[in-house]
Amino acid sequence: MKNMSGSKSVSEKFIAPHIASLPASGIRKFFDLVNAMDDVISLGVGEPDFVTPWTIRESGIYSLEHGHTGYTSNLGMPRLRRAICDYVEKNYSVSYDYRNECLVTIGVSEALDLAFRMLLSPGDEVIYTEPCYVSYPAEIAMAHGVPVPVTTRYENEFAVEPEDIERAVTPRTKAILLNFPCNPTGAVMPPEKLRAVAEIAKKYDLAVLTDEIYSELNYDGNHLSIASLPGMKERTIFLHGFSKAFAMTGWRVGYVCAPAAMISAMMRIHQYAIMCAPTVAQEAALEAVQNGGNAMVEMRESYRSRRDFFVKGLNDAGLECLMPHGAFYAFASVKNSGMDSAEFAEKLLCAEHVAVVPGEAFGPGGKGFVRCCYATSADELREALKRIKRFMDKQGSL
Amino acid sequence: MKEKIISLLRTNARLTAQEIAEILSVETAEVVSAVNEMENAGVIRGYTAIVTDDAPGSESRVKALIEVKVTPSRDGGFDRVARRIAKFPEVTDLSLLSGSYDLLLTVEGASLQQVANFVSDKLATIEGVISTATSFQLKKYKESGMVMQSDEEYERLKICF
Repeated sequence: MKNMSGSKSVSEKFIAPHIASLPASGIRKFFDLVNAMDDVISLGVGEPDFVTPWTIRESGIYSLEHGHTGYTSNLGMPRLRRAICDYVEKNYSVSYDYRNECLVTIGVSEALDLAFRMLLSPGDEVIYTEPCYVSYPAEIAMAHGVPVPVTTRYENEFAVEPEDIERAVTPRTKAILLNFPCNPTGAVMPPEKLRAVAEIAKKYDLAVLTDEIYSELNYDGNHLSIASLPGMKERTIFLHGFSKAFAMTGWRVGYVCAPAAMISAMMRIHQYAIMCAPTVAQEAALEAVQNGGNAMVEMRESYRSRRDFFVKGLNDAGLECLMPHGAFYAFASVKNSGMDSAEFAEKLLCAEHVAVVPGEAFGPGGKGFVRCCYATSADELREALKRIKRFMDKQGSL
Repeated sequence: MKEKIISLLRTNARLTAQEIAEILSVETAEVVSAVNEMENAGVIRGYTAIVTDDAPGSESRVKALIEVKVTPSRDGGFDRVARRIAKFPEVTDLSLLSGSYDLLLTVEGASLQQVANFVSDKLATIEGVISTATSFQLKKYKESGMVMQSDEEYERLKICF
């Protein structure tokens, strides 16, 4: 903010340029509107509607009862790292040594921050797909990198085209960041395209960061991790956590698996900045990774059944929407409303008290779409569909 | 599909055929016919409400769990005596168990006295019943997967990424 004379205030002058230029959320005004309203059906959340399964919560309580309240190893509890590496090997077909290739973090957000700080020198470019989770470009910029978005498109089911990535490569490109299943589109990567991206990474000698936070929530096929492709482990940083699959968003616990040299570098940043992930959350995560499988499958089945009728309902109401294969988001086109997505979201909120997130919150590539999260109760989803249909019918009759 | 329908009805028996069809991505008519079939075949025995101890009409009811030892009869095994006991309307649940006793009953009555009379006059006098041990229910915490005390409502963020 500028003062009357157009110059910066004294305190603003202290803020480093690369932080001062971080974009504030473009839809702040919309947020304020939503939060001021009491009886909103919100399809705007980005987290499971389940409480963390009891057995996992109980493990957290047990660890507190038994006084596990000190620091853990910087890398995280060895028991947890061993269990994580077993889990990753079993489910993603890539093996990491728990002693030096795995680091427990405060969610994937911290893991990404560590990875970018480890990888980037000022001016290094990171190619990422867009629309995307809001933190990606900001985290790249915070690490003095240059975010280079590649737009994914409806006609490609929001998978990224390998040639689009190749076109974005420059001599300054250091890494490619992938997130499939994708927030906000729910897209997954077809294996042949993923293989082509891996070939590009090898051809131009790039690192790959893969945010696999939604990988358990893959409804129509088997998840394939780029880390498991031939010759990729050595250049891949595998980021994952417990938030989405095990409904543990508030526990703030994730992890990164990567070759030992990279983990060692990231561990140094983590050690100085964070020390270690919270002990109680690590104990709970251990229960999740060892015994949370049944609860996870039950939650996934519940999302799947809600997805099926919700996406059909959106299309019936006139919001064109692909069947998302993963995560718990439907990314619907508002083209038939004749409005742009910000206007659509605001009018739908005011007229029908249903909150969706305008697509441009996830980057310019999200314009014309809204993200609707179906991780909310089936009754609320049915009511939301009814209201959306009524809203769309009115637009048609104007 | 029947398995999925049953599992949905077991969490909420009031789901309509249309709602079930939406959830399972099938035609409503298919759900109706599957449910009818299961009802006619007796696979689905009934639908009931799960209520708290203090629901209207429940606050004055008395419930007891009764462990019963029986001598199985030569021709009918445990079934014969179990079926006989099951006919009493006071008996709401009845199972044959392994372990130190044979049958476990849940009995409901209007008063402690009524349940006690049932045990001494009816149950204990049935041929084959060797002994009974009655425990009155003091408080119910969970029934059919439903916890009786709701957790505090936790307010989620309305919007997050």
